[in-house]
Amino acid sequence: MSTAYKTVTDIAGPLMIVEGVEGVSYDELCEIELTNGKKRLGKVLEAREGMAVVQMFEDAQGATTEGTKVRFLKRAFEIGVSEDILGRVFSGSGRPIDGGPDIVPEKKLDINGAPINPFSREYPDDFIQTGISTIDTLNTLVRGQKLPIFSGAGLPHNQIAAQIARQARVLTDEEISSGVEAKEGATEKADEKFAVVFAAMGVTFAEAQYFQQELEKTGALSRAVMFINTADNPVVERIATPRLALTVAEYLAYEKDYHVTVIMTDMTNYCEALREVSAARKEVPGRRGYPGYLYTDLATLYERAGRIRGRNGSITQIPILSMPEDDVTHPIPDLTGYITEGQILLDRSLHQKGIFPPIIPMGSLSRLKPKAQGEGKTREDHSNMDAQLTAAYARGVEVRELAVILGESSLNDADKAFLKFSERFEKEFIQQGETENRSIFRSLEIGWDLLTELPREELKRVKDEYVDKYMPKKIDNA
Amino acid sequence: MSDKPTIIKVAGPLVVAKGMKEAKMYEVCRVSKDNLIGEVIELHGDTASIQVYEETSGVGPGEPVELTGTTLSVDLGPGLLETFYDGIQRPLKLIEEKAQSPYITRGINVPGLDRQRKWDFKATAEVGDKVGEGDVLGTVQETTLIEHRVMVPPSISGTISEIKSGNFNIEEVVAVIDTEDGKKEITMLQKWPIRIPRPTGKKLMPSEPLATGMRVLDMLFPIARGGAAAIPGPFGAGKTVTQQSLAKFCAAQVIVYIGCGERGNEMTEVLKEFPELEDPNTGEPLMKRTVLIANTSNMPVAAREASVYTGITIAEYYRDMGYDVALMADSTSRWAEAMREMSGRLEEMPGEEGYPAYLGSRTAGFYERAGAAECLGSDDRKGSLSVIGAVSPPGGDFSEPVTQNTLRVTKVFWALDAKLTYKRHFPSINWLQSYSLYTDMLGGYYSKEVAEDFSRNRVRASEILQEESKLEEIVRLVGTDSLSPREQLTLEIAKMIREDFLFQNAFDKIDAYTSLKKQYRMMRAILTFMDSALNIIDQEDFDFSKVQQLAVKEDITKCSFLPEEGMEAKFDEIEDKIRSQMNGLKEAGSGISKAAETEVAQAAA
Repeated sequence: MSTAYKTVTDIAGPLMIVEGVEGVSYDELCEIELTNGKKRLGKVLEAREGMAVVQMFEDAQGATTEGTKVRFLKRAFEIGVSEDILGRVFSGSGRPIDGGPDIVPEKKLDINGAPINPFSREYPDDFIQTGISTIDTLNTLVRGQKLPIFSGAGLPHNQIAAQIARQARVLTDEEISSGVEAKEGATEKADEKFAVVFAAMGVTFAEAQYFQQELEKTGALSRAVMFINTADNPVVERIATPRLALTVAEYLAYEKDYHVTVIMTDMTNYCEALREVSAARKEVPGRRGYPGYLYTDLATLYERAGRIRGRNGSITQIPILSMPEDDVTHPIPDLTGYITEGQILLDRSLHQKGIFPPIIPMGSLSRLKPKAQGEGKTREDHSNMDAQLTAAYARGVEVRELAVILGESSLNDADKAFLKFSERFEKEFIQQGETENRSIFRSLEIGWDLLTELPREELKRVKDEYVDKYMPKKIDNA
Repeated sequence: MSDKPTIIKVAGPLVVAKGMKEAKMYEVCRVSKDNLIGEVIELHGDTASIQVYEETSGVGPGEPVELTGTTLSVDLGPGLLETFYDGIQRPLKLIEEKAQSPYITRGINVPGLDRQRKWDFKATAEVGDKVGEGDVLGTVQETTLIEHRVMVPPSISGTISEIKSGNFNIEEVVAVIDTEDGKKEITMLQKWPIRIPRPTGKKLMPSEPLATGMRVLDMLFPIARGGAAAIPGPFGAGKTVTQQSLAKFCAAQVIVYIGCGERGNEMTEVLKEFPELEDPNTGEPLMKRTVLIANTSNMPVAAREASVYTGITIAEYYRDMGYDVALMADSTSRWAEAMREMSGRLEEMPGEEGYPAYLGSRTAGFYERAGAAECLGSDDRKGSLSVIGAVSPPGGDFSEPVTQNTLRVTKVFWALDAKLTYKRHFPSINWLQSYSLYTDMLGGYYSKEVAEDFSRNRVRASEILQEESKLEEIVRLVGTDSLSPREQLTLEIAKMIREDFLFQNAFDKIDAYTSLKKQYRMMRAILTFMDSALNIIDQEDFDFSKVQQLAVKEDITKCSFLPEEGMEAKFDEIEDKIRSQMNGLKEAGSGISKAAETEVAQAAA
């Protein structure tokens, strides 16, 4: 057993200064034993000669400068993993909270991971069908992508994330070649394994329960791993939670060939925990008090999504973050958007109109979609349809604003057509039920039907041959 | 206490060591028992602050530091092209082999250039020749596209006493030069410290455009060979797509692409695509002219700071050979943030938004390394280095320090606009906000090489677009009906310029790249349409909707998909069609109105 130091001199928020230490290294894990015998985990943020700054991962309540013992463990924060981890629930700091036994680890992994060599990555280009029209058609999710949901307080981001987790699947070869949805039961590729890893940071008990129940409903709980830090759990624990989740995800994906979907909610709480530690260290703040390294720190989480050449598994990340005041330029969504491969933006006015899911095409984006749309992936007309629907809806919304000022009667015929299109688009294309699982083919069909509202010469983004092939013929073909 | 350099503090990428009396600023050192690479960035008595280019977790006080005596340098020589480096010039492929893992592990020491590989060196200088710095001694066919010129390194001059052709690796002596300080052996390998610009001869004013194949850039906001451009834009506005398009199609001979603090998958995409894509100018794979440097956002932050310097030093080296080189840095904001992070850890007094006070001077220093110049050497070679930096302003706010400091030194500003991406207008470069200060300097080239009225058309096009934004304000208030036919025509032409000329599909084979000549013809076709319409606009019974419905408009829309080959004839045809259809309107003019009258009369009856 290594030396236990009783030389804690300062405790400030989640930080602790230990003096007289020897042989301590940066990022080392330590165990803090409080006077009441309770044990806490911490890590070294700064190692100096004879002094270490330690950040506790758990609550500092009851810690005292006298009597508290600190043991440095000569290793980084690790989590024991094995395939038995599936179906288990852990606390935000990685202790089992489902009443089950401890995991008998096959191996122990450093939760910080290591950067993936960009040379070793495989470019993600497999279409994932989520069954949600606005995602599948316009903001295509790709296996190995990191696609966050930008939401706000009171918006249904959890329902959307749960719906994705329930419905996500890849198309079978037959579906791709025939362009027809497979019958129920024939949709799973036999040789593929799926898992869901869920990291909750500072969410309410109800939210955490919601996910658990949703997964239970579809029987997915047995192939899920949950890390739950609720709002009343210690704040600093949240810094470890997503790292634990991603380490497990990496293990399942790259060593056990699972296709893993990681849902992380709510990243805003994570960033706030980071800010708290930074403030306690009296660091020079960047924008809005968040530390200058927030970008780098977030990147070390988000960049753990992806695929690796020669490995079968993949990690698809769906982080959820609530934007303070729905402000997309707030540092958290802003920096996230610069790292992730697009974003799904929820819109309050759509939500207020009663439209579910309130995913707004303007501002939402999937950067990886060009490679996952079209022939061989979905259907040949997919990317044309995507561009046309988005452009037409954007114009329709513009016309709507114009109509508010000038009155609808002053619009010309083309503008009126766009206006009508945008209304129908919201009600028929964006709007769908929480349990409605639309195939991509069905979504495209709806899209073509909506395009019949528009004058033919305005359809500049779709090729003529696709119009002839897919557009339903108008009856009043004047 | 002994004077052996020892670590006394570790905090993230910053390591402080004592016993560093002999250290020099920017000297490279090996930190800890893991031999991590670091660079001295601050000295206080005998303690030194070191920024470490690798993850420092597990490093602690008491561990050793070893000084190497050299500043951070890159290997320059044949073999740079087609290689994929990290921020401190370690080939990522070798890292993978050595680490035997898809992850970048620590303390991996691999050389920037392959020391074993043999190159076929053809001597072009002879024994007895007097040579000075920059003179070409011989050549190596580095890739099918680029002939590597082996030059006399800076600060050496004298008479060649030995030189031989044959197969050599980069460390073998290919020539010996008698200098005033004795014999100097020359190999194909040069080393150069990354923070010091390589010397050139006289700097030249930029006078030729760097054609990019992107119509909005070449036509409205051109960059010159040897120029510097900034592309700021919020996330999702298309910085990376624009940068990648530039790397694919711009008319430079050598491309250095730096992915600085960006996404891993983006670099993977470049790596996958470039060997397959053809250079539109030569038909060879693009990879043959490209050097890739990646420090993705999750790789150690200090190496991000170094990556842009590594890239620009390699770019300068090819410029010195007499090539036109273009460097893309995506994104310089991450570089600035890396500076900020190190500055914060050094507890320096922050300037604006926490950035260090030297942000402006560092940015300027970087962009000033761009330029057209006469290369060193007696053969009057000219080379150029164009730098295109992406900027990622937080929240898309262009008033933030990195954007502002960049705009102070770059002459071209391509403003990306998220609103345009919402409308799926690509490339989403805002034509009202962007500017290029090179247009006047390049005028001579255009009238000589493309067409006499090229510049005039540019001015007309931008005037029409300006006019449009004014008219749109009016339309927003009172509707289209109140506009005069002339104004309606302006709106229509502006729409054609936007939708049929500026809009470009980067994923379409033909549309992705447009030559200057074709761009000129496309614009001329639209302006011809305008002029012919203006001819008839003053007729009494002028009906604007008839102009809108002309069949030839369809032809103009499809211009962007016309193959380059034989396009001149096609455009002549289209212009004839425009004129004849407009004339048709003119002649039919009175007829139409009569017909309309009859209709009315009939209806009345």
